[in-house]
Amino acid sequence: MATVSENKATRRDFLYIAAGAVGVVGVAGAAWPLIHQLNPDASVLALASIQFDLAPIPEGSSVTIMWRGMPVFVRHRTAAEIEAARAVDVSTLRDPEADEDRVQEGHEQWLIMLANCTHLGCVPVGESGEFDGWFCPCHGSQFDTAGRIRRGPAPTNLVVPPYEFLTDTTIQIG
Amino acid sequence: MTKKKTLLGAVIAAVALAFAPMPAHSAGDGTHAYQQDWSFSGVFGTYDRNQLRRGFQVFREACSSCHGLDFISFRNLSEPGGPEYSEDAVRALAAEFTIADETAQGGERERIPADRWPEPFESEQIARDANGGQLPPDLSLMAKARGIHQDFPYWAFNYFTAYQEGGADYIYNLLTRYSEPPEGEEVPAGLYYNDFYGTIAMPPPLSDGLIAYEGEGTPQTVSQYSADVAAFLQWTADPHMVSRKQMGFRVMIFLVLFAGLLYLVKRKIWRDAH
Amino acid sequence: MANHAGNYTPGNGLERWLDERLPIVRFSKEHLMDFPTPRNLNYWWTFGGILAFMLVVQIATGVILVMHYTPHVDMAFASVEHIRRDVNYGRIIQGTHAVGASMFFVALYVHMFRGLYYGSYKAPREIIWMLGVILFILVMATAFMGYVLPWGQMSLWGATVITGLFSAIPILGEPIQTLLLGGFSVANPTLNRFFSLHYLLPFIIAAVVVLHIWALHVPGNNNPAGVEVKDSRDTLPFHPYYTMKDLFAIIVFLIPFAWFVFFAPDILGHADNYIPGDPLITPAHIVPEWYLLPFYAMLRAIDFDVLFIEARLGGVLIMFGSLAILFVLPWLDRSRVRSGTFRPLFKPFYWLFVVNFVALAYLGAQPAEGIYTVLSKITTAYYFGYFLIILPLLSRIETPKPLPPSIAESVLGENKAKAAAA
Repeated sequence: MATVSENKATRRDFLYIAAGAVGVVGVAGAAWPLIHQLNPDASVLALASIQFDLAPIPEGSSVTIMWRGMPVFVRHRTAAEIEAARAVDVSTLRDPEADEDRVQEGHEQWLIMLANCTHLGCVPVGESGEFDGWFCPCHGSQFDTAGRIRRGPAPTNLVVPPYEFLTDTTIQIG
Repeated sequence: MTKKKTLLGAVIAAVALAFAPMPAHSAGDGTHAYQQDWSFSGVFGTYDRNQLRRGFQVFREACSSCHGLDFISFRNLSEPGGPEYSEDAVRALAAEFTIADETAQGGERERIPADRWPEPFESEQIARDANGGQLPPDLSLMAKARGIHQDFPYWAFNYFTAYQEGGADYIYNLLTRYSEPPEGEEVPAGLYYNDFYGTIAMPPPLSDGLIAYEGEGTPQTVSQYSADVAAFLQWTADPHMVSRKQMGFRVMIFLVLFAGLLYLVKRKIWRDAH
Repeated sequence: MANHAGNYTPGNGLERWLDERLPIVRFSKEHLMDFPTPRNLNYWWTFGGILAFMLVVQIATGVILVMHYTPHVDMAFASVEHIRRDVNYGRIIQGTHAVGASMFFVALYVHMFRGLYYGSYKAPREIIWMLGVILFILVMATAFMGYVLPWGQMSLWGATVITGLFSAIPILGEPIQTLLLGGFSVANPTLNRFFSLHYLLPFIIAAVVVLHIWALHVPGNNNPAGVEVKDSRDTLPFHPYYTMKDLFAIIVFLIPFAWFVFFAPDILGHADNYIPGDPLITPAHIVPEWYLLPFYAMLRAIDFDVLFIEARLGGVLIMFGSLAILFVLPWLDRSRVRSGTFRPLFKPFYWLFVVNFVALAYLGAQPAEGIYTVLSKITTAYYFGYFLIILPLLSRIETPKPLPPSIAESVLGENKAKAAAA
């Protein structure tokens, strides 16, 4: 008698567990679209990576372009600027990083970085400050010609976004 | 017994309530439309990629000088479930067109895949002036914004066959049925006669051999062009149809399985109550 | 009555602490778990649960759509297309919301016709019924305003026609219409306020649903036998018996719902709504959504003046009258027997009423000409005749069949008969 009722109970429990498990899968499956819709949509993602032609930028000047809603500095550096950046002893820097690591080999003249100061997000002014790099007017952070923090409150260097050279004069950011 | 009857009644009532009053709608009323066999019809239907590509070619060469495609971006042409051109091909295609951009040099730049298909006219007024006062409608949603007239009970079957191709049939019929007006009917100057639509402002846009398809094997006829462009416009109106149907199968299988399990659970619980 | 209720004993210290301050567990147990429910409810009774579920679905998908929608006449249409084309799963979420409105009404009509057949509006359940009618009207208003938001041709012209009804009111009509529209035609201010109200009303509906269920939990459910619960043998606790039954019904209901969402998302809508709203061009044939068609048919049926009431006002009065009459239904049908099962004369008139209602819906979609206008008048007359003449008269002349002595006996009797037959 006892075994019969036990068997019954087991089979019943299995059914409940199976139904419950399928139900959980269903709820999760229904919830995912409702969450995923919060992620960037296709029209936003289409602009997540942009191509940019460097050819029109003469040596010694820079442009600011928009990428993912953020300004990006594209600087065509002079030989003097590159030299100045490479002459610095990396170990003395607040955020030690060699100039070689901030540009791509063979394209040392092109410095590409996010234009938001790493302190509180202001956009620094180019070709100014004590190091002839960038100077942030908000709280006085000073960056050198490689965009590295040299003086002021910013904790890290200006951020280099992921990018690659498609040709000698075309880059793709993102 | 009574329960079965009740359920059956519920189904019938729900069906009657949901379906009975739905009218089959159409713009070019009164004329019978010849329905086509579309690759995308029915629940298993998908787009024929090559047909979409041909349709895009027809649209570009025969339609796009007057009609816009507002809701289509170049990137859509490389997305899965559509014509599926390569991303490089789409980038090159987009670069053939320019777009005004204040931040670009000269206030203008080449289009990129994220940009929309270009408008054929700068403004509605210019469009009207160029077309004898008529505005050529945008085509991106045309396949959904039109339908064909079906008599009872044929439209009622649509709910069970998931017929969504009325718009494509409409476009096909419109494009293939330009003809001489019946005797005694005057067609005003500047208008044309279409056996399906009536008098229409659009001149016949297609003729046999007008568009040179690549490769052999596809007839270069008005009928083929029309079917291809209709399929393309069905895609522009419903670009995610393929993935939607795929997801539908998963959901349906899940629901049937879950309903079956719940029925067993319910029956077990209720066994005690009787 | 409260056989199963009121047997909650807090398990531990924390539960006791909570119970003394906010007895939410006790409340849930009494009203959601142990609530004594007649044991003979059939599947028609699951549509209440289905409606509650649909309200949640509509609110959840609606809140999401608002994240991507732009309520402006120049951008609304494009923003809906943006949802369909670009937003992750937007096609499915938007489709669920649009098809969901139709499925909501399928469930709502089944729920109401169940109430009409089993006499669920009769004492002591008049308030439940009246709250239900209020819910019906609120849901119709919400659905109507929601249909305006995509700003297609049917949105614009449907809004124009329906708000035009108010201009039929003598003297005050036009000021009221202008007030509703926020202008002299359906335009951006109208779209914005409809958007605001479309977002607000579902929460008011949810609040009225709470009252509806509260009122239900005073006398308890009606049931197919229509006799009151006598003792605990007549009832079962709501959980797990009816929670599982309702859940099963909800999942079955989701199957046709999913069919439309995934395989025919546009079939319940109108092709003209894929043309952006244009105040210069009226669609050839303005048709409301199917669920409003019976009332639209009654509105159009009145195409003649009655004494000093001109046709247009007459139509509006008839249409609003067709809803208002539902409020007084509990006092029109004086039959002491609730369930139609035991009313031999009532049954044919009831089923004719159902067919008549479907016919009204069909006529609402037809052009107002020829035979259709005559049929509209006949069906409208039957709609009102059913409530005003047939039901009051039946309660006087009908001899009902004998009622089962109790719910338990009606159920167990059936089972015994089944067992005997087997």
